[in-house]
Amino acid sequence: MNRAQSPLGQPLDRVDGPLKVRGQARYAAEFDVPGLLYGAVVSSAIARGRVLRIDSAATEALPGVHLVLSHLNRPPIASYDEPYEDADAAEGSPFRPLYNDRVLYSGQPLALVVAETQALARHAASLVHVEYAAESHQTDLQAVREQAHPAPAEVPPPRGDFEVAFNAAAHRVEGEYGTPVEHHNPMEPHASIVQYQPGGELLIHDKTQGVQNCQRYLEQVFGLQDRIRVLSPFVGGAFGSGLRPQYQLPLAVMAALALKASVRVELTRQQMFTFGYRPRSIQQLKLAADGEGRLQAVEHQAIGQTSRFEDFTEHEVEWSGMLYACDHVRLGYRLAPLDVYTPLDMRAPGATIGVYALECAMDELAHEVGIDPLELRLRNYSEINGNQGKRYSSKELRACYRQGAERFGWSRRPAQPRSLREGHELIGMGMATGVWEAMQMPASARACIDADGKLLVTSATADIGTGTYTAMTQIAADAMGLPMADVEFRLGDSSLPQAPLEGGSATVSSVGSAVQRACAGLRQKLLDAAQQSPASPFTGASPDAVEFIGGRMCLKATQHAVELKRIVEVSGALESEAHVEPGEQRQQWATATHSAVFVEVRVDEDLGTVNVSRVVSAIAAGRIVNPKTAGNQIVGGVVWGIGQALQEETLIDHRLGRYMNHNLAEYHIPVNADIPGIEVIFVEEHDSVVNELGSKGVGEIGIVGVAAAVANAIYNATGKRVRDLPITLDKLL
Amino acid sequence: MTPFSYQRPDSIDQAIALAGADSRYIAGGTNLLDLMKENVLQPRRLIDINGLPLHDIEETAGGGLMIGALVSNADLAWHPQIEQRYPLLAKAILAGASPQLRNMASTGGNLLQRTRCYYFYDTATPCNKREPGSGCPARDGRNRIHAILGASAACVAVHPSDMCVALAALEAQVHVDGPHGQRRIAIEDFHRLPGEHPERDNTLGAGELIVGIELPGEGYASHCAYLKLRDRASYAFALVSVAAALELDGKTIRRARIALGGVAHKPWRIEAAEELLCGKRAEQQCFATAAERLLQGAQPLADNAFKIELARRAIVRALSEAAGGTVR
Repeated sequence: MNRAQSPLGQPLDRVDGPLKVRGQARYAAEFDVPGLLYGAVVSSAIARGRVLRIDSAATEALPGVHLVLSHLNRPPIASYDEPYEDADAAEGSPFRPLYNDRVLYSGQPLALVVAETQALARHAASLVHVEYAAESHQTDLQAVREQAHPAPAEVPPPRGDFEVAFNAAAHRVEGEYGTPVEHHNPMEPHASIVQYQPGGELLIHDKTQGVQNCQRYLEQVFGLQDRIRVLSPFVGGAFGSGLRPQYQLPLAVMAALALKASVRVELTRQQMFTFGYRPRSIQQLKLAADGEGRLQAVEHQAIGQTSRFEDFTEHEVEWSGMLYACDHVRLGYRLAPLDVYTPLDMRAPGATIGVYALECAMDELAHEVGIDPLELRLRNYSEINGNQGKRYSSKELRACYRQGAERFGWSRRPAQPRSLREGHELIGMGMATGVWEAMQMPASARACIDADGKLLVTSATADIGTGTYTAMTQIAADAMGLPMADVEFRLGDSSLPQAPLEGGSATVSSVGSAVQRACAGLRQKLLDAAQQSPASPFTGASPDAVEFIGGRMCLKATQHAVELKRIVEVSGALESEAHVEPGEQRQQWATATHSAVFVEVRVDEDLGTVNVSRVVSAIAAGRIVNPKTAGNQIVGGVVWGIGQALQEETLIDHRLGRYMNHNLAEYHIPVNADIPGIEVIFVEEHDSVVNELGSKGVGEIGIVGVAAAVANAIYNATGKRVRDLPITLDKLL
Repeated sequence: MTPFSYQRPDSIDQAIALAGADSRYIAGGTNLLDLMKENVLQPRRLIDINGLPLHDIEETAGGGLMIGALVSNADLAWHPQIEQRYPLLAKAILAGASPQLRNMASTGGNLLQRTRCYYFYDTATPCNKREPGSGCPARDGRNRIHAILGASAACVAVHPSDMCVALAALEAQVHVDGPHGQRRIAIEDFHRLPGEHPERDNTLGAGELIVGIELPGEGYASHCAYLKLRDRASYAFALVSVAAALELDGKTIRRARIALGGVAHKPWRIEAAEELLCGKRAEQQCFATAAERLLQGAQPLADNAFKIELARRAIVRALSEAAGGTVR
């Protein structure tokens, strides 16, 4: 085997694929546990007020019902905020399930009915009658926008003099953009099984993006130090919905503690609309340019909704200060509390909506200046993140523009809207830039090799469908020079080495670096062990003098080689654990992934229906560990972006303070018939700063910019600028 | 879901004898089970009619077709006789639901689908259709998908079926059997407007069972179109749909049938609008006139005014397509 055959960078199939297609991958609600009881949640019907009475007489009279749990009879839980603050907590006072009689939002869990079957629990829960003292509520961001307060976020300070530069510029555009509430809606509903162990320990199967986050949360909230282990080997999609411990988890723990029994709580699809979501936003953009289209002034002001108990913030306006070169920038971000649950990070949180507004405004500016939208971006290209004043560690966005435009055929786009037509259809083309952070978090991993030459690598990270199992196996196989089949990666167990939440496109960067470092340590131990044997040809060899290829350790100079398992047969199993902090070298640089998205739409001129007919997405994200799984990520992001542009919206009835389309028939996301061919290009990008792998992560970048490219293509087709998402057919009539 | 008993009779007579105030017939269950899971409906007895001999499609003496109530939506849409003689019906069925649902859903059940009004599905909210007298939050709430025609103070819901829109244009007859014997109901008279009693979707009597749908001999096979406008390309209910069928003599319209879906509590058909087309040349001008007549009296709610204009354009488009010849 030579270096060219390293699994790194190969489009390999998912290592967990066979388990998944055979139905052998077990998800949180799918574990058989003897004596398992089932919980069903009773949700609030009002948005604000107090619970006066919970009448559960009819429920408790049913044979097989074991418990009706509420704030009146729950086990003790912590009474200060701190224990509830998980690794993704927002500023404020986190929600406490079944804490007291206060109703803070419609859909809030008020009781849990525990019974011997799932069907009985759900039926029994429907018989619980809750009496409320309702209070007046507010759920409409538009109605309270003037009362918004500054978000507790580090928004970059103003630079230059926006006002003067804006007013003096040759060309100006301004507009208000709106984006609705969206819910994550992963295919797998949130669920927890709490296995009550004979000694009172709890073994928990949970749907989560961070097993250790859930473990710590439960330890703190229930005072159960060292008695909780959380497992989550497979997750059926999460998109951010599993970043914070969701309420089914503490509810299941409460029931298990109260009954000293194992309990499962699984949310219904309707209840998947009763916790975090992408917040509604109102965004005002002002852009000004000189006669040649060079940006003179940029202002981006955003108002987001939050709950009354926490201030949820995301990176929404920062992008407008870093994506293009501009000396006069003013950014603002405010929040308006409503009688709703706290929003939650959702696929490229902040960027999905913030870059949407920026990139539509850029399209408007291109039209105003009279130059091609792609040319406008090139004229304002920046090698520096203007918010930080730092150069990008790498930024091959120009290559994205060039390769994406060529593959798409951007040069065939008519400059004048409404100039391409086929029958009833107007055809339009649009583009946008995408950007996301390239982060790294502290992470650990352990690598262990046995006498069969099998490598086991572990870390308490998650695979939420993103391909973590596969990517980590590739990184470890490459580092140890082992075939993929001899490497196993384990995750989703809180007892494994520490890992961050799986989110923000940082898992390959963070956990991958730890895996690489752990493997480096293991190579050293193998060399040390080989040197123990008398007359070893490796005696005195430095680590640099050996290489690991094809399951063997070789002396580079002589090509003398020994199989790794021969070393371990003598030494016994060897193990190495590594903890990696983000490198100090990162401090001097700005780090980000970029994309260029090109979209063609066909709009029925009479009927307003929009058909996205082609998409090309060119991505610069450093080294791509697995182009197949990474390609899946981008395609998934593009599909979601199309949904964001055209379909997705959680409808609230503000008089009831309640989401109304809380099911997958009425909450629209794209179906296959909505999705055209999507071409993904990974441009070559070398980066020695972001981490040792040179890999930036691709979970978020695929969605960013897509909605803007669709909206811009619709403008090119129809001459209509719709700034409020989603762009449904009625807005184009 | 409220516990229920379950019976599976072998004959129509047995099924009817089993029916009572708290029972429901179940065939495909594609809508009923969803409604039971959400406690919107709480039947105490389910009478599974899948064992009844209602699975055939047969020619009638009058030259039409008799479709057994238990023929699945998929089997109906892909039946050679339907494809050839009643393409309008095939197109309408295939515009609805998903392949999986069409495999399960029955012809009779399709007529009995309940509205997709958000409030009807959420037992935490009032709804006159679900709980008579409790109120209608949709009238002043989220009503983008609601009715522009034939609504009442009590209810602004729309009927969700695509198939029924085609059946209305084809003037089908619904055959029912029940405690008081057999009868047939013109599709026109089968579904009803909400009026004071939105809890009643149709004119079926207590215990009555749909046994079949009869199609008349004329299927408008050469000049028909079904146009459905919705929020995504598949698996979404109609904002507006149009079933258009023409009988042409050269360019002259001899007969026209037009039915609208997504706009009212029942498939919307106005014979006077169809008569406006008779004897006219098949072109935009008269299509627009017919559209005006069909939409006469339309009353928009806060979020659905667009449906009036959309329906107008959709009617013209569907009639134009039909005039151009059925797309096969």
